Amino acid sequence: MGFLSYLVSGLSLGSVYAIIALGYTMVYGIAKMLNFAHGDVIMIGAYVAFFALSNFGLPIIPATLLSIVVCTLLGVIIERLAYKPLRDASSLSVLITAIGVSYFLQNGAQIIWSSSTKVFPAIFQSGSVSLGGASISYLTLITIGVCLIVMAALTLFINKTRTGAAMRACSEDKGAAILMGINVNHIISVTFAIGSGLAAIASVLLCAAYPSVYPTLGAMPGIKAFTAAVFGGIGSIPGAFLGGLLLGVIEIFAKAYVSTQLSDAIVFAVLIVVLLIKPTGLLGKKIDEKV
Amino acid sequence: MKKLFKKVISAAVAASMAFALSACGGSSGAASAPSQAPDGGTDSGAATAEAEGSPAPAASGATIKIGGSGPLTGPAAVYGNAVKAAAELAVEEVNAKGGLQFELRFEDDAHDAEKAVTAYGVLKDWGMQASLATVTSAPGAAVSQMYQDDSIFAISPSGSSLAVIYADPDNSANPYGNVFQMCFTDPNQGIASADYLAAHTDIGSKIAIIYKNDDNYSTGIYTKFKSEADAKGLEVVYEGTFDDSNAQDFSVQLGKAQSAGADIVYLPIYYDPASLILTQANQMGYKPVFFGVDGMDGILTLEGFDTSLAEGVYLLTPFSADASDDLTKNFVENYKARMNGEIPNQFAADAYDCIYSLHQAAEAAGVTADMSSADICEALKGQFTSMTFNGLTGQNVTWSESGEVSKSPKAVIIKDGAYVGVED
Repeated sequence: MGFLSYLVSGLSLGSVYAIIALGYTMVYGIAKMLNFAHGDVIMIGAYVAFFALSNFGLPIIPATLLSIVVCTLLGVIIERLAYKPLRDASSLSVLITAIGVSYFLQNGAQIIWSSSTKVFPAIFQSGSVSLGGASISYLTLITIGVCLIVMAALTLFINKTRTGAAMRACSEDKGAAILMGINVNHIISVTFAIGSGLAAIASVLLCAAYPSVYPTLGAMPGIKAFTAAVFGGIGSIPGAFLGGLLLGVIEIFAKAYVSTQLSDAIVFAVLIVVLLIKPTGLLGKKIDEKV
Repeated sequence: MKKLFKKVISAAVAASMAFALSACGGSSGAASAPSQAPDGGTDSGAATAEAEGSPAPAASGATIKIGGSGPLTGPAAVYGNAVKAAAELAVEEVNAKGGLQFELRFEDDAHDAEKAVTAYGVLKDWGMQASLATVTSAPGAAVSQMYQDDSIFAISPSGSSLAVIYADPDNSANPYGNVFQMCFTDPNQGIASADYLAAHTDIGSKIAIIYKNDDNYSTGIYTKFKSEADAKGLEVVYEGTFDDSNAQDFSVQLGKAQSAGADIVYLPIYYDPASLILTQANQMGYKPVFFGVDGMDGILTLEGFDTSLAEGVYLLTPFSADASDDLTKNFVENYKARMNGEIPNQFAADAYDCIYSLHQAAEAAGVTADMSSADICEALKGQFTSMTFNGLTGQNVTWSESGEVSKSPKAVIIKDGAYVGVED
C-alpha cells in the first residue's frame, strides 16, 4: 500500500467522522449545547439497520431509510423530553443531561439486545477499482460519495430554504430570531431531526466498513467526531466537514508513517496545536463580544 | 402544557426504573436458577448454607458448593455462556453417578474486574466451598487475592494470564497457591505458537503480528511469541497494534503486512476484533494464513458473522470438537443437545474438565460437604499437585505447585465452518 491508498482510507474514515460531526456542530450552532447522546443515536441507527437487513431481509436502501426515520424520531423525542425542559437552565445542566441520555441509550440497548456483538451483513459488493496503482474498494468510494452528497445537500438546504435561513438566524442571534417571528423551538426540533437522520446514514456507512454492532458502538466514533467538529470550528458546517476529513487522514497517516501505538496521541497533539493557534478551530467564527 | 410534560417525564422515568428493576431480577434469576441438582441434593445444600459458621450436620448426600463467574453478557459473552453450560452439564453428570454431589452457582461478571469482585461477594455469601474462579483474565486477576485471603480453592477454566495465579506476574513469582488454571498460560500460548510455526514452515515463512497493546492477554502472548520466534529464527516482517480507541479500522495494519509480504498474520487477540480483521482483509483482497490463539475460538458462533471468511484460519487450542474418542463424542453430543446444536468451543471443554478434575480430586481426598472451605482448599491443593487427570483437553494433565497446568496444545483449522484438528 502506498501513499495514495492511505490517503483514500483516511478520506473514507474521515467522511464517516465528518457526517457524524455535522450532527454535533449543527446542534451546537443552533441550540448552543453539546449533544453527547449523538454517538448513541448512531448506535440505535446501526441496530435498526442491522435488524432490517438481517431479520426482515430488506435491501440496503429501504433499511437505511427505516434507520433514518427511527433515528429522526428518536432525536426529536430526546430533544422534547430531555433537553427542551432545560432550555433556560445553565449549559452545564444540559451537558450532564446529555451524558445521562447517552448512558440511558447504551444501557437500554444492552438490556434489549444484549451486549454480545452482532456482525453487520455485507451490504456492498466487495471489489475494488485501480487508481494510479492503488486499489480502492467500492465501499470506500461509496462512503466518500455519500459524504459529498450529504454535504452538498445540507449546504443547499441551509442556504436556499426558508427553514435554512431561519436556522442561520437562530445560530446568529436567538433573541433577534424570536423577535423576527421565528419559532425557535420548532427550528431546534428540525435541527435535531436532521442531525439524527445524518447519524443514521453515518451508522450504515460505519457498519458497512467495520461490521460490528454492539451497545457502545457509538461512543468512540462520537468522541472522534466531536473532536473533528472542534477541530474544524464547532458551529461551522464546512468546518465539521473539513475537520472530519483531516482527522481521518491524520489518524491513518499517523498509523502508517509513525506508529500504530501513537496514532491517537498524534491526532490530539495536532488538535492542541490548531487550537493554540486558532482557538475557534480551523473555520470557526471569531466571536465578537457584544457591547 | 408544562404540567403535561412533567407528567410524561415522570411516567417515562417510572417506566424506565421499573424496566431496569425487572431486568436486574431477570438476570440474577437466570444466574442462580439452572444448576439445581437433578436428584434432590439441593435441599440439604440449603441446610448447610443456613448452618454455616456452626458445625454443620454431616448429612450424606450433602452438596459441595461450587461458585464461578464469567461474562454472560458483554463482548466476551460467548466464553462465559460456553463455560456455564459445560460446567452445568458436567455437574449433572457427576451428580448422576451418585457419589460426591456438586451444586453450581455461576454469576455474570461481564468481563469486568469490579463486577467480578461483586460476584465474588455474592458467591461467598452463598457459601461457596470451591470455585471455577473466573472465565476471563482481567476479572481473574482482580479476585485471585480474595480466593487466597479466604482460603477457597479455585481453578479457572480459561483465565490464562499469569496474573490469575501469580501475585507478581511479571516475574512469575509469589503464586497464590490455591488458584489453579485448566488452560495454558499466556506466555505458553505464545511459545507454543512460535514453535508450531517453526515446525511447519509449509504454512508460510513471513509473519506479521497484529496485537492489542492495551490488553494484558494480548501483549502477554505477543511478548513471548516474539522472543521465541526470534530464538527459532522465524522472520517477523511487520508488527502492528491497536487499542480500544481505534479497534475498528485495520486497513493500515493489514496494508503494511501485505506490502511487507507477510504470508502469515498472527493474531493473539479475541475473536471480536479478529472478525473485523478477517472482513477487512477480504475486502482488500489480502489472503494470508491467519493464525490465532484461544481467543480466536468463538468466532464461528458470532451472530451474523460470515463463517466463510474464517475458512482456513489456524488456532492453537487444546481441544477439537471433531476428535473421535468417546469422551469428546459424548460431550459434544450432550452439549449440542443443551445449546441448540452449537458446537462446543475450547472454553466449554476446559470448564467441563474443571468440574471433573475437582470431582476427581475431592473424591480422592475424601472431601465432604460439611468441611470448611479452608480444609477443602488444603485437601484439593494436595490432590491437584500430585494427581494426573485425563480429560477432554488433554491426557496425563498435571499441575505445578503454583497452579500452572502442563498439557500439550493442538493446532486446529477452520474448515467448512467447523473446527477441525490438524494432523501432525
